Amino acid sequence: MKKFLALIALGFGLCLANVPAFAEEAMQAATETATAVAPAVAATAAPVPNKGDTTWMLISTALVVLMIVPGLSLFYGGLVRAKNMLSILSQVLAIFALISILWIIYGYSLAFGDGGAMNWMIGDLSKMFLAGMTPDSTAATFTDGVVIPEFTFVAFQLTFAAITTALIIGGFAERIKFSALLAFSALWFTFSYLPIAHMVWATGGYLFEKGALDFAGGTVVHINAGVAALVGAILIGKRIGYGKEPMAPHNLPMTMIGASLLWVGWFGFNAGSNLEATGGAALAFLNTIVATAAATLTWMFAEWMLRGKPSMLGMASGAIAGLVAVTPAAGLVGPMGAIILGGIAGPICLWGVTGLKKAFGYDDTLDVFGIHGVGGIIGAIGTGIFVSPALGGVGVDGYSMMGQVMTQATGVLVTIVWSGVVAFICFKVVDLTIGLRVKEEEEREGLDTSTHGERAYNG
Amino acid sequence: MKMVTAIIKPFKLDEVREALSAIGVQGITVTEVKGFGRQKGHTELYRGAEYVVDFLPKIKLEAAIKAEMLDQVVEAIEKAAQTGKIGDGKIFVQDLEQVLRIRTGEVGSEAL
Repeated sequence: MKKFLALIALGFGLCLANVPAFAEEAMQAATETATAVAPAVAATAAPVPNKGDTTWMLISTALVVLMIVPGLSLFYGGLVRAKNMLSILSQVLAIFALISILWIIYGYSLAFGDGGAMNWMIGDLSKMFLAGMTPDSTAATFTDGVVIPEFTFVAFQLTFAAITTALIIGGFAERIKFSALLAFSALWFTFSYLPIAHMVWATGGYLFEKGALDFAGGTVVHINAGVAALVGAILIGKRIGYGKEPMAPHNLPMTMIGASLLWVGWFGFNAGSNLEATGGAALAFLNTIVATAAATLTWMFAEWMLRGKPSMLGMASGAIAGLVAVTPAAGLVGPMGAIILGGIAGPICLWGVTGLKKAFGYDDTLDVFGIHGVGGIIGAIGTGIFVSPALGGVGVDGYSMMGQVMTQATGVLVTIVWSGVVAFICFKVVDLTIGLRVKEEEEREGLDTSTHGERAYNG
Repeated sequence: MKMVTAIIKPFKLDEVREALSAIGVQGITVTEVKGFGRQKGHTELYRGAEYVVDFLPKIKLEAAIKAEMLDQVVEAIEKAAQTGKIGDGKIFVQDLEQVLRIRTGEVGSEAL
């Protein structure tokens, strides 16, 4: 890998035919090789976390919490009718709390443990309740000999599990029974999130070993949640009056605040997924700005051309589509690759929430599939293309574009099928035991008063 | 006594209030209302969802006045509320049978 990078550096130097630059690159390559040898010699001593890395990861973790509790809940909350505002805020907060606890009890162990014979799919229960973990425990990063405190890694990954499960509620907002949602969330988290996270991110996981690239969770988070939301939207059915009564968003400024918080928090999500405070994190950070900017613009112009007016909700939706698409690619593609990736995601996700949704007639209320599912697929496949060093990406060992795209497609397919089947079974189980949907009069009244006994706006 | 009810464009309210104060109208009641007339509604687009909004926001303004002020009041509202574009609204005039001031018990034009 290091040699490969050095070769690229040399190539660039030669192309520029700039002698001093060439000398500098060569020097740099030489020093890199020298430093690469040093840790290998010292590897016998247990590595100690770097304070900068630890700080960055703690901040990143807090940023992802910012995405969920205020960000996602306001983004979603503004899009529903006023009578269902509190139901959205309650659902996101409750899911965040529930998954946090489940993560500590068994989630982390199953996602990142060593599952022995089952390790291709799932971890084990050896770290249930974080057994044996102390502040001195460490977790590996992407660099040999560099570690971060394991508690940091546990907390960071906790937020991913929580946001993925919370994202799903948008598919069937304004009509699900609260108790059913909690039961579904616990089941789906256990049987879909944990195996997919393990398969993609844990050593020995099926997709990890196949070489599927997913920097910050395009498959694990977005496709996973998008497919579950779609299955939910279809199984639970349309809202009463869907397509007949007006169901306009009740507060788009709140949606804008939520989208902004999501964007800011996404720096922790994407750049934090680098697990170290290095140039890789800086690349992911920059890509998280430019892909989002590109998608905002392409969605805006596409909507302006096709539908007459550039809407704020369109721009905010474009921003989220760009964030989703760049998630799997963040630390792997160059800034220009990120711009193209985001630029493609904008109009295709616009189609996802308009043409695609109309064609099948499902009521994916907050367009979780149209944006997270579709954007996630574009991102996952696009990562296989734009990771190419020839297109400014960082490259991977033995890269071939066709091969990598096929690997990426396998990851997408496995996630779609896995999440789809698991979500279907979980929804059916909950429907048969608790019932998925509130009564008709409760739905008409609004979930805020009928389920939660309170109203968002008094006076 | 007459009851004048006017439906006007919301942004014209201040001008109408000033015009009425200037000719000595002592009080008006204002309500935010929605309705439709010859000015059609508009279309709103939220991602894939398209809604035709038929009812537009207007202001309903009510003033109880002495009969001899009627022409002046109607003219003041008309001038102040007019933009010349569709949707300027309408003025309705009705006879007013009785008025009573709750604080003092005065009745008739004394109570206006």
